[in-house]
Amino acid sequence: MSALPGSAEGTAVTGLDSSPVDASPETLAELPPLTEQTRLEAREIIARYPQPRSALLPMLHLVQSYQGYVSPEGVALCAEELGLTKAEVGAVATFYTMYKRRPTGRHLVSVCTNTLCSVLGGQRIFDALAADLGVHHDETAPDGSITLEHAECLAACDYAPVVTVDYEFYDQQDVDSARTLVAALRRGEKPHPTRGAPLTDFRGVSRQLAGFDQYGDEATRRAAIDAEGAIEPTLAGLRLAAERGEAAPPMPGPGPGQPSADTGEPRETVRPSGRTGETPGEEAADARVAAADTPAERAGAEQTHPDKGAEYGQPRGRQRAGTENPPATEPATGTTPPTSPSPNPPRAQNQEA
Amino acid sequence: MPLAPVLTSRWAEPQSWRLSTYERLDGYTALRTALGMSPDELVSLVKDSGLRGRGGAGFPTGMKWSFIPQPKPGETRTGPAAMPKYLVVNADEGEPGTCKDLPLMMADPHSLIEGVVIAAYAIRSELAVIYVRGEAVHAHRRLVDAVREAYAAGYLGTDILGSGYDLELVVHAGAGAYICGEETALLDSLEGYRGQPRLKPPFPAVAGLYGAPTVINNVETLASVPFVVRGGSDWFKEFGPEKSPGPKIYSLSGRVVRPGQYEAPMGTTMRELLEMAGGVRPGHQLKFWTPGGSSTPYFTPEHLDVPLDFDSVAAAGSMLGTTALMVFDETDSIVEATLRFTEFYAHESCGKCTPCREGTYWLVQILDRLVHGRGTAADLDLLTDTCDNILGRSFCALGDGATSCISSSLKYFRDDYVALLPPEEQARLGRSLRLEPVGVAS
Ligand SMILES: Cc1cc2nc3c(=O)[nH]c(=O)nc-3n(C[C@H](O)[C@H](O)[C@H](O)COP(=O)(O)O)c2cc1C
Ligand code: SF4
Ligand code: FES
Repeated sequence: MSALPGSAEGTAVTGLDSSPVDASPETLAELPPLTEQTRLEAREIIARYPQPRSALLPMLHLVQSYQGYVSPEGVALCAEELGLTKAEVGAVATFYTMYKRRPTGRHLVSVCTNTLCSVLGGQRIFDALAADLGVHHDETAPDGSITLEHAECLAACDYAPVVTVDYEFYDQQDVDSARTLVAALRRGEKPHPTRGAPLTDFRGVSRQLAGFDQYGDEATRRAAIDAEGAIEPTLAGLRLAAERGEAAPPMPGPGPGQPSADTGEPRETVRPSGRTGETPGEEAADARVAAADTPAERAGAEQTHPDKGAEYGQPRGRQRAGTENPPATEPATGTTPPTSPSPNPPRAQNQEA
Repeated sequence: MPLAPVLTSRWAEPQSWRLSTYERLDGYTALRTALGMSPDELVSLVKDSGLRGRGGAGFPTGMKWSFIPQPKPGETRTGPAAMPKYLVVNADEGEPGTCKDLPLMMADPHSLIEGVVIAAYAIRSELAVIYVRGEAVHAHRRLVDAVREAYAAGYLGTDILGSGYDLELVVHAGAGAYICGEETALLDSLEGYRGQPRLKPPFPAVAGLYGAPTVINNVETLASVPFVVRGGSDWFKEFGPEKSPGPKIYSLSGRVVRPGQYEAPMGTTMRELLEMAGGVRPGHQLKFWTPGGSSTPYFTPEHLDVPLDFDSVAAAGSMLGTTALMVFDETDSIVEATLRFTEFYAHESCGKCTPCREGTYWLVQILDRLVHGRGTAADLDLLTDTCDNILGRSFCALGDGATSCISSSLKYFRDDYVALLPPEEQARLGRSLRLEPVGVAS
């Protein structure tokens, strides 16, 4: 019945998507093969973590960076490298929305249709794009240019309604601007995001998510990181505070011998007041003297101690009962110490340090 | 209360995300101070500051750190105290309405990294992981680069700033699942499994990542830590009420003139924040709003003066959550809004437990027929009944949170539901309400 908004008739209902992974001979014949290079990169990912299996999610992003979806070949590669069964890998891949079951178009266009964006026009945007492209949710235009999906809240509600292309933000869209954007993408153009790096494509950004550089040369990489955006909502409070001359209470000044890197101009939030003249270290010492049970601590403990189970949502009224599941899921109890995991930025820099 | 930019104070600087900018603006000075203190002193400092978790639950941060078992001096190390310790950063921001952690990581990633190093040092961890929501690619990009810069400058890696302390930091991208924001589901996901919550106890502080003691903290929580170290606990407590102090990023969205991030002391009211954001759009009135995201019961105009801190919001019948203030006016249908949120929960339910998996499915069916004018008088009670069978009976807080918008909308706006019933069904309730032509997707 109520499938995700915009889904085709009869597709997966609420909850987990149960549509099959595309393994048709025609699709498989067109895929670029996974190579020895892919395997080496997979091992590089594995080396980042104390336990190999932690590499699985990035490895699946890696597979998508080569083939545009989690192909049967990709599942097999992950299973072999991690010593898992294909079923174990498949079970993980199908749990997550960002792992695609059919080859993704050159670009993935996501329209937020969660409540806040919908109220401001997100659903209308989705409907218009679906009509233009002749697709439903999670389908690809026949020319292979674009896969369209509806998305849940993208953590950009202050920029609603929000569209992303390959997860780069196109903020404050309306039906016309979104249609223009998609038309340009179909012509092979790459309009600049309103917030985010210049577009590459779905495979490129998947490579980044696997923890690799998707740009090749340093200048392009730097430009992507430094790409600015129109960020009025992000700065709304800050700008208003400046306008009104409002500021946080000043910090006590650094005590004698305290390092300060403040070589710039004095600013509101760090102007020393000399109010206590205490260094944080001294204050910590005071803290030790003070009772450990601060009111905040008590309040927090009373209200939100995990034993009481209140977290998001309403405080629990009852004991947890009636859940039929056994405790936890296959607990990984290994205690291997971190065997110098490589952080995903290159270690070379690290050694210079 | 006036605006009080602290966490947001560097955001308008040119290239605020670069290390050079951060260092020019006092960046990493708190780390130097912290490394000169003992880990226990740091835990006490953070305890005393009253800092409470910004990820939704408001758990006292210093107390959480103190739960990590540490070997006593001279004792043989056994059990959890002998295991490696991990710090995991929850950067999975996905609660509808919540949009503070992403801008923080885009604008000032080093403040998070500095907080991570300090927190990891305090709990004696040598490996920290930032689990970033996969869709947040620009934030991920800036974070990865900031980590690279921090390694190069000696703020991460071995013998940090000559202190002898070592810390490795891994940035890990998720893959699109709201439930992975729940801390134990996040751990399962990070271990390469489906992100499904674990039974608690044992709590992560004892058996977390790889079964070892683990602290999980939100982005905003950790970004607050360098300021606690620099300003001291008394300074931190100058912001807002004694029981939940500190600067807080409030995120306003929806039917306001200037949506965006507004940082003010804890306990600022919606009336004050609305005024800052230019009010509800001209010609319209506030109808309902969320204090902390879609999982927190709706508030109405009568709650405009509730101080937005953990305890005051709870006392008024909702939750501070993530201070995601979604604003709706009289043109928005609360039943349609609720349907849309419920579809979200049904989609994101991880399927592990029956009340949530089945319950959210049925809630969608009932709300859907109500919205389309096919509901019955009995459906209103059926909604309440279904919520009663989810709340407190589901395995994790996602299920509980899914009932918030339904229970609270029935409580404050029952007539809006009744008005959607066909006339004969209204007659059963002895009512006759006219349906206003409003909607979410219209
Ligand atoms: C369904 C669900 C989703 C959650 N999503 C997030 C999230 O995206 N980010 C976050 O920091 N906390 C989230 N939480 C709360 C975490 O479980 C946890 O309480 C928090 O990360 C602890 O950090 P803190 O003590 O610093 O607040 C979520 C909880 C639930 C039940
Ligand atoms: S309450 Fe929902 S999300 Fe949580 S464990 Fe149960 S099914 Fe999964
Ligand atoms: S509701 Fe669309 S970004 Fe949050």
